[in-house]
Amino acid sequence: MSNITETAVEKFLEHTDSEAASFFEACVKCGQCAEACHFHLATGDPRQTPIYKLRPMERAYKRDKAPFSSLKKMLGLAPKPVTEAELKEWEELVYDSCNMCGRCTLACPMGIDIAGTIRKMREGYSAAGLVPEGLQRSAEFVKKTSSPMGVTIKALKAQIAHQEKATGIKIEVDKKGADYMCTFSSMEIMGYPEVLGAYAKLFKRAGLSWTISSVAYEATNVGVQIGSAPMAKEILERVVDAAEALNVKYVISPECGHAYGAIRWAGPNLMGRQFKFEVVHIIEVIDKLRREGRIPAGKKDDRRMTLHDPCQIIRRGGLLKEPRKLLNESCSDFVEMKYAGLSNFCCGGGGGVSANPRADELKTKAFSLKAEQLNGVEGLEAVVVPCGNCRAVFEDGFDEYELDFEVLGLSELVAGTLAGDDQKQG
Amino acid sequence: MSFLEFVQGPMFIFAATVFVLGALWRLVGIIKIGRKKDISPPKASAAAGFIKGNLRHFWPRGIFAKRTMVHIVGGYGFHLGLFALIFFGAYHIDFLNERILGFSWPAMPRWAFLMVSGIAFAGLIILWVRRISDPVMRLISDKDDHIGSWLTFLVMLSGCFALEQAHDILRAIHMLLVNIWLLYFPFSRLMHGFTFFLSRGSSGATYGRKGIDL
Repeated sequence: MSNITETAVEKFLEHTDSEAASFFEACVKCGQCAEACHFHLATGDPRQTPIYKLRPMERAYKRDKAPFSSLKKMLGLAPKPVTEAELKEWEELVYDSCNMCGRCTLACPMGIDIAGTIRKMREGYSAAGLVPEGLQRSAEFVKKTSSPMGVTIKALKAQIAHQEKATGIKIEVDKKGADYMCTFSSMEIMGYPEVLGAYAKLFKRAGLSWTISSVAYEATNVGVQIGSAPMAKEILERVVDAAEALNVKYVISPECGHAYGAIRWAGPNLMGRQFKFEVVHIIEVIDKLRREGRIPAGKKDDRRMTLHDPCQIIRRGGLLKEPRKLLNESCSDFVEMKYAGLSNFCCGGGGGVSANPRADELKTKAFSLKAEQLNGVEGLEAVVVPCGNCRAVFEDGFDEYELDFEVLGLSELVAGTLAGDDQKQG
Repeated sequence: MSFLEFVQGPMFIFAATVFVLGALWRLVGIIKIGRKKDISPPKASAAAGFIKGNLRHFWPRGIFAKRTMVHIVGGYGFHLGLFALIFFGAYHIDFLNERILGFSWPAMPRWAFLMVSGIAFAGLIILWVRRISDPVMRLISDKDDHIGSWLTFLVMLSGCFALEQAHDILRAIHMLLVNIWLLYFPFSRLMHGFTFFLSRGSSGATYGRKGIDL
C-alpha cells in the first residue's frame, strides 16, 4: 500500500463514525439518489450516481472497520483493498461532481446523508494530498490573506469607503463592544460590494450596533470545502478570536451557503468548544428585525421575481420560510420556480466546485437544469440569489445559456424596499 | 431423523440463532463505533428528528417518485408482500406458534395469500430486472445484491411449491432455503431490514437539530 493510499484509508476509517457506518450498512444500491443529482441528470453518466462517489470509503470501511470484517477477511470474502489508482480515479467524483448539496438524501429511501459523508471522505483525500489545483490555490491565498480570492483588508476598506459614499452611512471597523460583527464572502466584497451598503442601510434603520473586523472579515472556509478539519479550524479561529476580542454578542454569517454551515453547525465541533457569541445568518437577522418592526417594508419592487434556494442555507441550513416571507414583503410579483424549497436544484458551484476550474465544464452542464427552472417561470425579470457564490455561478451560467434576468441578493432587495425609501432596485 | 425433521429442527434452531445473534452483533457493532457529540447549539430536537427521519423516508417525495415509479411500486409491492406472507401466512403462523412463540394470530385467507404472493413475486422480479438492466443499478450493484435477491426469490418460490404441504421433500427444500437465508442475512445487505432505522434516524437527527423540516 502506498503512502497516499495508507493516509487516505486511515482518514476514511477515522471519519467513518457510527453515522457514516449506518449509511454504508443500509444502502441497498437502488440508485434513487441518481435521480436527484443534478450532475447525473445533466450528463446521464451512471458514474455521477451519488452513492457511487463514496465507493472507496465504503470499501475501506467494509474491509477494515465493519462488524464481521475480520471474519470476512479471514475467509477471503472481504472487499479488495483500495488502491492509489482508484483513489486518483475517484478524485474528480469527490471534488468536481459533488456540491454537497444534499438533494440525494431527500430521494434516498434510507435517508443516507451522502453530502455529509462526502465531506468526511474529503478528509482522506486532503490528508493524502489529492486535492484539485484550484482548491489548493484558494488554500494558499487563505494562508496569505485569510481570503480564498486574496482579498486584503486594504481592498475591503476601499469597498467600504465606496459604500459609505454611496449610502452616506459610516461603516465602523473594529468597533469594540458592538453587538454584531459582520462577515462576508470574498465574492461579495469584490463582486457585489453593494451588499455592504445594504447592511449599512438596514442596520442604521434598525438602530443596530455593528462592526466589521479588520482581521476576520472573511466568512468562507476553504478548509470545509477541501475537507481538512485542521485547516477549517485555523480559518475559523480567526473569526472566533476576533469576535471574542471585540466582545460582540453575535456574529453574522453572510449570504453565502457553506460559510453558514462552517461556523454555525461545524464551528463549535471544530473548535471543541461553544462560542461566547451567537452565530446568526443575515437572513435570520433581517427577518427578526422585520418582525420586530424595526425595518418596515415600503413600496414593493414590482418586477416578477423568483428565489433560488442555496443548498447550505435552505436544505441543509433550515432557513426555508424566512427568505420567502421577506420576498413576499419586498416584491409584489414573487413566484416560485419548479422544485422550489427543500428540493430545489443546486447552482452547480457549491462545495468548492466553483473554486475548481477543472470542473467548469461539468458545472456549466449542471447549470442547464437551473436555466430550465428559470425559463419555466413565465415573464421572469429577476432572481433573488441569497448566496454570493451561487450568484457568481448564475452570472456565468447566464452568459453560457444566454439568459437575461437580473440577479440580486436578498439584503439588497430588502434594503431597497424599506418604508420611506422609494428607491427601486436595479 | 428425517431430512425434514433436521431442517425444521436442529438446523432451523442453528440458523435462527445465527440470525438473531449475528444481526444483534452487527447492529451493536455499528452503534459501538460511536460518534462525536455535536456541541453546536441546536435549534430543535435531534430525537424528534430521528423519529421524523424514519417516518418521512417511508414515503417517497413526489418529484423523485415520478422519475422512478416502477422501482418504487416494485419495492413497496415486494416488501409489503413479503411482510404479509411471513407474518400472516397460515403455515407460517402455525410454525411460529408451535416452534417459537407459543401463541398465534389470525391468518390471511388463502385467496389473499395467493394475491399477496403474486404482488411480492412481481415486485421482486421488477427490482431484479431493474438491477440488471438499469445502467446506474448495474454499476453500483455487487454480488451481494444478486445473491440476496436470488436467495429470497428461491425461498418464496419453494414456499409456493410447499404450500399444499403434500410432499415432505418440498417442505424440506423450503425450510432448507429459509435456513440458508437466515444464515446469510446478518452478513449481507439483507441486513438493511434492520439497519434502515439507524441510517434514516442518523440523518434525521442531524437535520432535526438544525430545525430543518423534512
